[in-house]
Amino acid sequence: MDKILVGLKRVVDYNVRVRVKADGTGVETDGVKMSINPFDEIALEEALRIKERGEANEVIVVSIGPADAQQQLRTGLAMGADRAILIKVDQPTDALGRARALLEIAKRENPGLVILGKQAIDDDNSQTAQMLAALWNRPQATFASKLELNGNMARVVREVDVGLETIEIDLPAVISVDLRLNEPRYVKLPDIMKAKKKPLDEISLQDLGVSVAPRLEELRFEPPAERQKGVMVEDVAGLIAALKDKGLL
Amino acid sequence: MSKILIIAEHDGRSLNQSTAKTVACATGVSAASIDILVMAESAGLVAAEAAKLDAVSRVLTVENTANANALAATLAPQVVALAAGYSHVFGPSTTFGRDLMPRVAALLGVNQISDIMAILDSHTFKRPIYAGNVVLTVKAPSDQPVVATVRMASYQPVASNSQAAIESVSCSAEIPAHTRYIDLKSGSSDRPDLQTATKVVSGGRALASSENFKIIFELADKLGAGVGASRAAVDAGYVPNEMQVGQTGKIIAPELYLAIGISGAIQHLTGIKDAGTIVAINKDAEAPIFEVADIGLVGDLFSIVPELTAALK
Ligand SMILES: Cc1cc2nc3c(=O)[nH]c(=O)nc-3n(C[C@H](O)[C@H](O)[C@H](O)COP(=O)(O)OP(=O)(O)OC[C@H]3O[C@@H](n4cnc5c(N)ncnc54)[C@H](O)[C@@H]3O)c2cc1C
Ligand SMILES: Nc1ncnc2c1ncn2[C@@H]1O[C@H](COP(=O)(O)O)[C@@H](O)[C@H]1O
Repeated sequence: MDKILVGLKRVVDYNVRVRVKADGTGVETDGVKMSINPFDEIALEEALRIKERGEANEVIVVSIGPADAQQQLRTGLAMGADRAILIKVDQPTDALGRARALLEIAKRENPGLVILGKQAIDDDNSQTAQMLAALWNRPQATFASKLELNGNMARVVREVDVGLETIEIDLPAVISVDLRLNEPRYVKLPDIMKAKKKPLDEISLQDLGVSVAPRLEELRFEPPAERQKGVMVEDVAGLIAALKDKGLL
Repeated sequence: MSKILIIAEHDGRSLNQSTAKTVACATGVSAASIDILVMAESAGLVAAEAAKLDAVSRVLTVENTANANALAATLAPQVVALAAGYSHVFGPSTTFGRDLMPRVAALLGVNQISDIMAILDSHTFKRPIYAGNVVLTVKAPSDQPVVATVRMASYQPVASNSQAAIESVSCSAEIPAHTRYIDLKSGSSDRPDLQTATKVVSGGRALASSENFKIIFELADKLGAGVGASRAAVDAGYVPNEMQVGQTGKIIAPELYLAIGISGAIQHLTGIKDAGTIVAINKDAEAPIFEVADIGLVGDLFSIVPELTAALK
């Protein structure tokens, strides 16, 4: 295939303990470490391996977000992507809007594969890949833990609740990746330097002709109910007594 | 008045419990009717089970050889064709529903509400974000159908004391040939299913090998419990992936959860927030798991677990 498109979302780093803003309008992001969504690093790693095996010519990373998302795209270029596209948008977007924006890029670039994460760890939506596949009228293979290309088909092993399901799909297709697909490479310093020279194009949503005005209203953000502090027991006998006390044994 | 369509999850023989939980969630909408859609190769057994669920008005069946396996690309156009007239289309937030429902939503031109954990009114829902560290209240537009998935750990299945009508319906939706089912490998076991078990014992990286996991299985057998694991234990190959508990594994709500040799990373805790009682066994008294545990025991699991198993006569 010629091209692979990979979505990179800029999200609060997975190690950060997020805090809800006091007025309930969102979560604190000031001074908080931002990273590539961990699943998207795996998506990119898979695309790079496919290219390195000679099964694709070009890997393009795309992010929909504010100007700062350039940082994540630069990291993607340093990992080995050939070029980057920032779909710049300053207002919030929703999943359908993001899928529509990715569809426009897919129509322009005609990739053989679009590889996305199975979920973004901020909104935990797990929707974009499926929506893009629907709008594009192409196959989807979600929660992929193994991907094999075979001409204009792919065989994908999917992590489902009861085990591992294998499906076969025609290309082009959309894949969403699970954690066990691969281990993403580390970025080396010289690659960061090289990445500065790689093309990073910017396009606004308006220019793509997509309206992403969110239709879901986010009314309130709040912390979840806290669990009450428990008791410590000294030994197995204490544990059994405590469980009996709660009627669990 | 709201009319709800629920997409049944099944394996061709029996109805998955996720459907009864989705019905339980749907009853929070105070709808005029709740219908269940069973798409299958042959729907009889599954439809009969679905018809027994309380609060269900009708069970609709679509029989087609293409529906022998649940492929989102195959099912989504059929759901869309049958969704006309419904104000809400709900599915479970299992891998089945999470694969299918966003495809349905996009074809209907709407966003999806993922993982409903509470219903405030017919268009206002609570859902977890940031690995369950934040609860978001969202309102869906009232001029469009609501497509949503239901968080399994937040609902108890409705009972099966009813007898709804079963109607076979025809569906002319065009089914694509671009996606083909090959096979399913499941680590089938006779232990209680992780997602429905009332007790679950999970092991973490500390188990250090798949042989050592035996002590977790032995304890689980004594308790009649399901067995889970942390991602670290799954990644290391000690146990298969379907046993992973957490943000990217299974979200469970057993009455009793034992976390053994698990540190308590936020991604793991996401999976057990709704457990009744959490027990932690860990040699590190500072491990974050103790912040959420109802009962904590500091010590070496390799002596504690066999001792506990032996004591549970
Ligand atoms: C995007 C993303 C998603 C993730 N999703 C999940 C998920 O769904 N589920 C999940 O579990 N993780 C998930 N993780 C991984 C998570 O961050 C942790 O890395 C993982 O949960 C750690 O597993 P663990 O507790 O078994 O291992 P560790 O963190 O290594 O903890 C091992 C614990 O065992 C204790 N120990 C060691 N020896 C003994 C002994 N002899 N006796 C008693 N205690 C002992 C140690 O004190 C330690 O606390 C995710 C991570 C990312 C980035
Ligand atoms: N703003 C974005 N920019 C680029 N890719 C995105 C964006 N939002 C979502 N994606 C992709 O879609 C996947 C699933 O996201 P979600 O459906 O929001 O959980 C992510 O892992 C990304 O690969």
